[in-house]
Amino acid sequence: MRNLLSITDFSVEEVNEVLETAADIIVHPEAYSEKCKNKILATLFFEPSTRTRLSFESAMLSLGGKTLGFSDANSSSSSKGESVADTIRVVSCYSDIIAMRHPKEGAPLVASFVSDVPIINAGDGGHNHPTQTLTDLLTIKTEMGRLDNLTVGFCGDLKFGRTVHSLIQALSRMKGIKIVLISPDELKIPDYVKSDVMDKNGMDYVETRSLEEAMPSLDVLYMTRVQQERFFNEDDYLRLRDSYILTLDKLSTAKKEMCVLHPLPRVNEIAVDVDSDPRACYFKQVRNGRYVRMALIMKLLGIK
Amino acid sequence: MKIDPIKNGIVIDHIEAGKGMEVYNILNLSELDCMIALIKNVPSKKTGKKDIIKIDASVALDLDVLGYIAPEATVNFIENGALVKKSKVALPETVKNVIKCKNPRCITSVEQGIDQVFKLVDKENRVYRCIYCESKAKD
Repeated sequence: MRNLLSITDFSVEEVNEVLETAADIIVHPEAYSEKCKNKILATLFFEPSTRTRLSFESAMLSLGGKTLGFSDANSSSSSKGESVADTIRVVSCYSDIIAMRHPKEGAPLVASFVSDVPIINAGDGGHNHPTQTLTDLLTIKTEMGRLDNLTVGFCGDLKFGRTVHSLIQALSRMKGIKIVLISPDELKIPDYVKSDVMDKNGMDYVETRSLEEAMPSLDVLYMTRVQQERFFNEDDYLRLRDSYILTLDKLSTAKKEMCVLHPLPRVNEIAVDVDSDPRACYFKQVRNGRYVRMALIMKLLGIK
Repeated sequence: MKIDPIKNGIVIDHIEAGKGMEVYNILNLSELDCMIALIKNVPSKKTGKKDIIKIDASVALDLDVLGYIAPEATVNFIENGALVKKSKVALPETVKNVIKCKNPRCITSVEQGIDQVFKLVDKENRVYRCIYCESKAKD
């Protein structure tokens, strides 16, 4: 029985298999509408995340399956002090596959130790969120036509952004990837991501503070939010905030076929007028999230 | 100072000076009924000083735990007064319930009844990470 707890649980071939199925679902959704008939997905959200939960539920319903679950810990037995392990032992009797989000890092691994059905990590604290990474990869692949030989810029909060770390990890297994890390000094990528992921895999990367300087070289721009609470003082925040806001003006030097991604929710880091630019792909990313989750559910259930 | 040689038992030698008591505690040697000697700051040609533990019984030791706490140590197995086996301990691939994860966001901080497991990820720099949250073990 397979689980998806971290993107590295899947080989490059398995990631490609999921992406190829998802791409086929986009073209032939009707061929998949009964693939999971009589199967039940449990969505266990020990912390709220409406967007991710709805994406999983939409994916299962689109496959002809059913869903059950809870959307926050207060409506589950964990509010009475039940352990993650016990909750999973019980729910795995009621369902065929479980997608879980938990505020504590490593909770899905604990679940996988006791579950009789596959576990999908739908986010565990600041640790992993592999279905977001699959979504990002599918979007890059469908927009750029490839997952190799790309210059990928990550902009904003690179210190705390788990989606950034996971995507870099996934890209470290592809050929010819160049990473451009664009952030203020306060929010630079952690050293362990450099040493354990990028250096270890011989990745080509540069660090810069300037989005404008990096822009012309990028094939993909992955935006994240610079949050005020990450700064020690307000002056620094105000000084740097605008540097990491993407505007149409800043996009003017970008390649015509570049694509802009964002894990959402967006606050102000991408100006609203960028939405109408053909390079803005962050809402397509949301749609892709549903298809990639459909493909993942099928893979983990062993359905072709 | 002189400690008599043991006839049947184990000598843990070349423990880094000052770490002997930690090794004694982590191996739960206080629970043994046999004679045990912990000798600190023994002169050493190699390192200047070292600690030694002599256990006057052939007991099963958790060499993985020893390898994590004192990777430089050697374990000598004595039978009828003669050295029958000499083992150099190595850094274990995993250590269970020796290190506690200090990340407050880790599931181990709240979940009852799960083992604290750390995995060796970088042998050269002796880096262990929690299998749950991947936080680095701190000394």
